[in-house]
Amino acid sequence: MAAGKDLEGGKGNMIYLQLFWSFIQVGLFSIGGGYAAMPLIQNQVVDIHPWLTMTQFADIMTIAEMTPGPIAINSATFVGIQVAGLPGAIVATTGCVFPSCVIVMTLAYLYYRFRGMNIVQGILAGLRPAVIAMIASAGISLLILAIYGQRALPENLQSFDGIAAVIFLIAFFVLRKWKCSPLWVMAGSGLAGVLLYWIF
Amino acid sequence: MKNTDISKYRQLFFSTFKLSACTFGGGFVIIPLMRKRFVEELGWIEEEEMMDLTAIAQSSPGAIAVNASIIVGYHVAGIPGALLTVFGTVLPPLVIISVISMFYKAFRDNPIVNMAMAGMLCGVAAVILDVVINMAKTIVQQKKIVPLLVLLGSFVAVRFFNVNIIVIILICGVIGALETWRQEKILKEAKGI
Repeated sequence: MAAGKDLEGGKGNMIYLQLFWSFIQVGLFSIGGGYAAMPLIQNQVVDIHPWLTMTQFADIMTIAEMTPGPIAINSATFVGIQVAGLPGAIVATTGCVFPSCVIVMTLAYLYYRFRGMNIVQGILAGLRPAVIAMIASAGISLLILAIYGQRALPENLQSFDGIAAVIFLIAFFVLRKWKCSPLWVMAGSGLAGVLLYWIF
Repeated sequence: MKNTDISKYRQLFFSTFKLSACTFGGGFVIIPLMRKRFVEELGWIEEEEMMDLTAIAQSSPGAIAVNASIIVGYHVAGIPGALLTVFGTVLPPLVIISVISMFYKAFRDNPIVNMAMAGMLCGVAAVILDVVINMAKTIVQQKKIVPLLVLLGSFVAVRFFNVNIIVIILICGVIGALETWRQEKILKEAKGI
């Protein structure tokens, strides 16, 4: 009896270790954020470990897009809960951010230590325009997703969503004109979405 | 611990908590929100610093939102600050997904939730493009040809050729280093004559 209980206890702890280790790998190898992490997560939780079915995985990706927060953190929490309850969620999430903490803190230390150097200044000056370009591209992808319901611009532009376009234009105008807080603009857009889609 | 310290820690935590609770639509959305909060409202971070930390957050492994908050927290209050901002960033999705996982099928198929999400997506796109314009202005106002070319070139590379972001960051870093080296050489020659 006692031996059986020990075995079960050992197995119980194993699952936390497995979760932690799996999501450390997700956190460590997902460079470039969000959508880069998706195949890695699928590999860990569907292919390597039998934690989710492919349908469940598709569900969590949909929900991760619908709820705030990074996709990797969202799926870590979801998988953790499914596999081992709330402690599982906490363990998986901690594993997911652990590599970031170590690597980014080191980089932050180096950045603030050496950014006064001319050559580092030069490198950073070269990166800034590229950063803007990447954010611009991500913004355009989101706009296409909002207006056409898919990430790439469709061949025929039939699926144009007039309501979405109107909400976007008003939100954009309000931001440029009055410089109000983005949080209010987003809350307002959500409310406008419910009202407009409801009426039309 | 001094009173100002406590209020700083509190602001760090609640700022990142609020921002994280509002980052619908993936990684980059947190950057405009952070810029508004930490550059414009609190003045803890400079405009150029914000772009630098975006580059670091983008080229490090892990979620951009988490990485960016680590740097902000580290800059404002060292390692404790960084741990606090990570906690603030991770907590909203942890709580929200934990709650939703109990009835996620109903949530996913709820029409009102879907309408609100569709509306918010438009808002997010507007927020990002607004910030892009503000950031691009700082580059255009420099009136230098190299940064403008880098901006256009990397946009075309990302947008139309799907070039890997890490590759772009490496190339642009090298361009920046070479450009500084070239300018220093010109400066030295001018002094020599």
